Amino acid sequence: MTTATSEYLERLLAGDRRALSRVLRWIQEGEPEGREALRALYPRTGRARIVGITGAAGSGKSTLTTALARAERRRGHSVGIVAVDPSSAFTGGAILGDRIRMQELTDDPEVFMRSLATRGTLGGLSAEATDIVAVLDAFGKDVVLVETVGAGQDEIEIARTAQTTLLVLTPNTGDDIQAMKAGIMEIADILVVNKADLPNAEILVSQLKALLSYAEHHSDWQIPIVRTVATRDEGIEELVKQIDAHEQYLRASGEGEQRARDRARHQIAEAVRAELTRRFLQGDGRARLDQLVEQVAARALDPRSAARAIIAEGQREG
Amino acid sequence: MSTERKIRVLIAKPGLDGHDRGAKVVARALRDAGMEVIYTGIRQTPQMIAEAALQEDVDVVGLSILSGAHMELFPRVVEELKKRGMDDVLLFAGGIIPEEDVPALKQMGFKAIFGPGTSTHEIVEFVRNAVGAPA
Repeated sequence: MTTATSEYLERLLAGDRRALSRVLRWIQEGEPEGREALRALYPRTGRARIVGITGAAGSGKSTLTTALARAERRRGHSVGIVAVDPSSAFTGGAILGDRIRMQELTDDPEVFMRSLATRGTLGGLSAEATDIVAVLDAFGKDVVLVETVGAGQDEIEIARTAQTTLLVLTPNTGDDIQAMKAGIMEIADILVVNKADLPNAEILVSQLKALLSYAEHHSDWQIPIVRTVATRDEGIEELVKQIDAHEQYLRASGEGEQRARDRARHQIAEAVRAELTRRFLQGDGRARLDQLVEQVAARALDPRSAARAIIAEGQREG
Repeated sequence: MSTERKIRVLIAKPGLDGHDRGAKVVARALRDAGMEVIYTGIRQTPQMIAEAALQEDVDVVGLSILSGAHMELFPRVVEELKKRGMDDVLLFAGGIIPEEDVPALKQMGFKAIFGPGTSTHEIVEFVRNAVGAPA
């Protein structure tokens, strides 16, 4: 490890937020320093409670995340927040606007919030987000809230890296529920009906109850439905109670340990994917990828053969 | 991946004026140029801006102001950034800023001041070149 890297790590572990921020950037950019930092910090992780917050755009995730952060602060917990927004598929750029709704948290030095862009499909985002959560954990945050748009597989994957995942739904969005039906039990530990002051909130609650009643149960945990109005802080204490209850359940039932192993397995698989992408498709590999893209598009080569060629050639060089 | 390092920019509006059309246009132009833009919204205090810059580890901070309070607020933003060890970020500003204030702002560390009518292309090019170049 270079002296610069270990100096940053020392500062990070001493509570220096500037150093924390820089280490997170290394990880975001896929710099070698980031990998070194993670290796050094990982044994210090495992203390933080990690809560995933997912749901459709406009369901109030940022506001709910802010309200949860405030509730955790009230009981003396330090909070890390990772907010994920999509990158443009065309330009690779992104506007990350989650801070707009989290302004009031900015003045609190015990809250550290980082915005993350998905950076397209080649990035292996969930591996990266998991690493960022791990660094916030090692930094000493008691709670890390991970907020993602629940629109795609990538985001659901991130939500799965949490110990407890909240799925945020709002009234009058029946189509979302239709779309989520299949996966709803696998994703959510707690269902949150936000904007519960809107008309038809109770209709949504009864739809969800019906859904839960005939869905297949993989666990003894009874998925609760919590009504919130995040803008007015309503229902937040109840939500915190349910998150705590889920934590207790995970511990008492032994399911927490099982999940930790599932997560580890999943994280390794994701990291393999990200590492392969980094080694074979980015930097020098890019030109070769572009060549093979032409061949596959012209049907001269099939995608799997192209992949095997890239890996075989890359290994010879490496 | 370091060859594909993204430029991260914070676009913020200090002070009390609530007109953020210009800020949003610039944010969008930078995004369209492939950058990651953290937009924090209106009515930001200098502390909030510096804090967001720190937490997001941005390369660039762009301030938009129309209220005329720039000579009050900008030095405080610079000071808050310094306090947090963020004195290496690239600073620029836009909005209604009289010509006679520009030298003082440049002295303060603002590398460019963009007035009304500036093309977004010019701003994108400025950020690209300035971040690429050693400080």
